[in-house]
Amino acid sequence: MTANSTSNTISPARPSARPPARPGTGAWRQWLLLAAGALVLIDLYLIFQYAPTERVMGVVQRLFYFHVPVILTSFLSFVLAAVASLVHLARRSRAWDSVAYASTEVGVVFFTTAILTGAVWARPVWGVWWVWDANGTLTFALWLIFIGCLMTRAYAPDAERGGRWAAVVAVIGAATVPFLYMAADWWSGLHPERVTGPGAQGSLEREMLITLLFSFAAFIVLFVALVAERAALRRDEDAVEELRRAAA
Amino acid sequence: MRAGLRAALAVYAKDVRIEARTRETLGATLAFAFVAAFIFTFAFDPSPRTLAAVGPGIVWVAYIFTAMLGMNRTFLLEVERGTLDGLRLAPAPPEAIYFGKFFGLLTLLIVTEALLAPAFLVLYGLSLLNVWFAAVAAAATVGVAAVGTLLSAIAAHARAREALLPLLFIPLSLPLLIGAVSGTAAALDGEGWSGAGRWLQLILAFDAALIVVSSWAFAFVLEE
Amino acid sequence: MDERPAKRAARSGYGLELRGVSKAYAAARALRSVDLAAPWGSALALFGRNGAGKSTLLRVAAALVKPDAGEVLAAGFTLPPQAANARAATGYVGHRNMLYPDLTPEENLRFYARLYGLPDGERRAAEVLRDAGAERWASRRVRALSNGMQKRVAVARALLHRPALLLLDEPDAGLDAQGKAFLASVARAVAEGGGAVVFATHDIERGLAAADRYAVLQDGRVAAQGSAAEADAAAISDALAAPGGGA
Repeated sequence: MTANSTSNTISPARPSARPPARPGTGAWRQWLLLAAGALVLIDLYLIFQYAPTERVMGVVQRLFYFHVPVILTSFLSFVLAAVASLVHLARRSRAWDSVAYASTEVGVVFFTTAILTGAVWARPVWGVWWVWDANGTLTFALWLIFIGCLMTRAYAPDAERGGRWAAVVAVIGAATVPFLYMAADWWSGLHPERVTGPGAQGSLEREMLITLLFSFAAFIVLFVALVAERAALRRDEDAVEELRRAAA
Repeated sequence: MRAGLRAALAVYAKDVRIEARTRETLGATLAFAFVAAFIFTFAFDPSPRTLAAVGPGIVWVAYIFTAMLGMNRTFLLEVERGTLDGLRLAPAPPEAIYFGKFFGLLTLLIVTEALLAPAFLVLYGLSLLNVWFAAVAAAATVGVAAVGTLLSAIAAHARAREALLPLLFIPLSLPLLIGAVSGTAAALDGEGWSGAGRWLQLILAFDAALIVVSSWAFAFVLEE
Repeated sequence: MDERPAKRAARSGYGLELRGVSKAYAAARALRSVDLAAPWGSALALFGRNGAGKSTLLRVAAALVKPDAGEVLAAGFTLPPQAANARAATGYVGHRNMLYPDLTPEENLRFYARLYGLPDGERRAAEVLRDAGAERWASRRVRALSNGMQKRVAVARALLHRPALLLLDEPDAGLDAQGKAFLASVARAVAEGGGAVVFATHDIERGLAAADRYAVLQDGRVAAQGSAAEADAAAISDALAAPGGGA
């Protein structure tokens, strides 16, 4: 038995325990990240140089090219997190758990950006910092649910349960979305004075439309690149954790 | 199915019996509810006009915060006493445990809300003796208990559960909160079906969907 | 579920069988590819230091904890797909007594009998309470009972549904001599009745006396196993006490 226990202490990590990612497999992620960087740079040029200044709102209107694509990407991140969570619960796959986690974490950054740009935009245009219509309420609630998912992971007794519980929260959150949208929509219909102000109406010029569409593409590619990077990092963290356990 | 129903009833009867004997949780929620309702006396100028505007909000803020206190204890007591393992050892399906605990929490919340209702009359002259209010409140409380039972099971095992539970519960129950406040306002304005009715429908649809999803998801929370 | 679980389960090879079972918690690996089998009609004693994985192994066997890898057959049923069948045929006594302190032992047992869907719940509750020698305390709150008496009721709880496989995690802890004798008789009765008993204990002498086979867990692995009759109690305790024994 003494011999046995000695061999225990020096035995290396078992090969069955998740092999570390081979170098080179992540090359596509670097290209994606590079592409996202290039797209964002071009996007900045389009937003600040190419697109014309809006006549009524002025320079602050350029925020629109950030705010709208970022908010849509935020919703995309929630859809991705909810779907990945569902798959994780059904199949118990670490890979999907990583996707859900990465999408949540990157999503929180996008939601925060969307809310900040939204506030800066709404103040001069509508005279309020936030508009509690259906979309505004939904954005805010999903942001809170995402933060809740991250907190759940952080406060769970172990990573496995944290991942499972966060997945449950994301799925429940997805289930509440249609009801929240309807409730907020009806509510804002009852309180029009709280919601709409002297807004700006106007059609988009061709340059504006091109800029907006390009901005969509840039932010979606950026989102995908960040999620891929974060998910890969998560897998590395798992591998490190596995080695640490084996050594303990 | 029948075995599951029997197990759910057993869990429910057990919770009611313990609560009837100790009155621990009801005492805590009631005391908290009165304090929560009372604090608004000084939060604004209690003129009749202001009250008509903020009355439904007062009622539901007090109810929701009280509900969070109640749901916190739903699974915490089982975890602290080690009896959750006793429930998990049984061959009963997880949904049976969920529904047993769900009805236990629902009963507690309904009783607390009913006992608190007269306080609003005394403190604010707000009469909640209204069929439409009762319907909206009952339906919203079903939803609160459905989501709360699930979140309680998560929070009971987590660190910093006092912070985690509200953080999860408030955004997930937001449709209920909006529906309950608006429905209550309509009911107290005497709007009946035309006003409170559609909010009631929305709340009932939420209840149905969330009971299904929460009872399904409960198995993933229960396992260790 | 017309047949008694004990009869149904007894057709398969072992009362408890683990193949390559691993379980990791946040800080460490609790079980590392454990292979272990407890035949029907026998008692298996588990030895090991604190943290060697005894409790985790028993919780995995009781379907309370899902292993990360490996196969578990409890009372002949594969976990987790046949967990409900396995649960109906398995009794488990853990560190906690799993009783509601504000209910009486009788109310506790009746509740669990209903939860297990036993047709003769009330009669069975009275029966196991009498066997446990807890009859006199049957209608006092559990809160008011001594630790030893609570533990006896906890054992009674595990026997309610006549389990074919009995899992006991350090059952001696907190029991007086009388209680220990009751426990030993229960374990013997289950094993002699064709069931299987697996128990974890620190008391090597007593453990070997009560068991047919033994296994030593070290650092989440089975370090040694064999027949209890041929085991050397002194060698086992020396090995467990050695500096590298359980770290």
